[in-house]
Amino acid sequence: MDPESRVWVDGLTATGPDHDDAVARLHALLLRMARAEASRRSGWHGIRGPELDDLAHQAADDAAVSVLRKVEGFRGESRFTTWACAFAIHEVAGKFGRHVWRRDGVRLDEGSWEQVPERLGTGPESLAESRALLEALRRAVDSELTPHQRTVFVALVVDGVPLEVLAAELGSNRNALYKTMFDARRKLRLHLETHGYLEGGGRP
Amino acid sequence: MTDEGPLGRLLRTDPRDVGCDEAWALVHVYAELVAAGADPEEQFPGVTAHLAQCGPCAEDFQGLLVQLRDGVADQPSDRRST
Repeated sequence: MDPESRVWVDGLTATGPDHDDAVARLHALLLRMARAEASRRSGWHGIRGPELDDLAHQAADDAAVSVLRKVEGFRGESRFTTWACAFAIHEVAGKFGRHVWRRDGVRLDEGSWEQVPERLGTGPESLAESRALLEALRRAVDSELTPHQRTVFVALVVDGVPLEVLAAELGSNRNALYKTMFDARRKLRLHLETHGYLEGGGRP
Repeated sequence: MTDEGPLGRLLRTDPRDVGCDEAWALVHVYAELVAAGADPEEQFPGVTAHLAQCGPCAEDFQGLLVQLRDGVADQPSDRRST
């Protein structure tokens, strides 16, 4: 572990004034990082100004809790500040999603399957071919997926709900929804390959 | 046979993909390698695969890289934080 990281870890795992001082410095660091990330995302979903700074404060507070809970497991594979920064950024992302969810709610089942190819970037020359695949995909979503997989797939792909917003709506988290989507995508791909709509070996 | 296209690509999965939690647990090491100009794919193929597939994690990763590039950790603290 590099010397600067060792100072951080020693301070945060100490007791008394040394601990308090380290925690204050940690919070200042995380707030600076959260503000930088919130600023980078400024304007996304119309979040800016005092709302944005409040969001950065909340993210820094929660990131500090996570860092303090996990600091004893930090093994010095990177600088401590890089490790801590990952918590700040992750919290900012989650706060953006929850903020939008509280403000706007989520409108499920309002998206149009017909708009999916264009939203995914299908060019006009491929739209006709895409329609056949889209119809097959739509049928496969109904016949092959579990109800939960169907809800998540349709919300993310058809309704265009951001993943963090959907996580807030469903009381879930990014990792769980990603896993659900991963399984759904694999299942749908296999079905469409089996029925000749896509070629096999769909590795990236 | 339908051309692959964006719809087909949407349904591609990579068995090396480690998922959000595992990728994010390693991203601090991964990001420092990238920031140093190294190629972390050989050491962390599962993280590379995940970042190529997961938009939210890729976006967060970009944020981390920006902070490393800008040296945010080494800047003086904002007075408003105290």
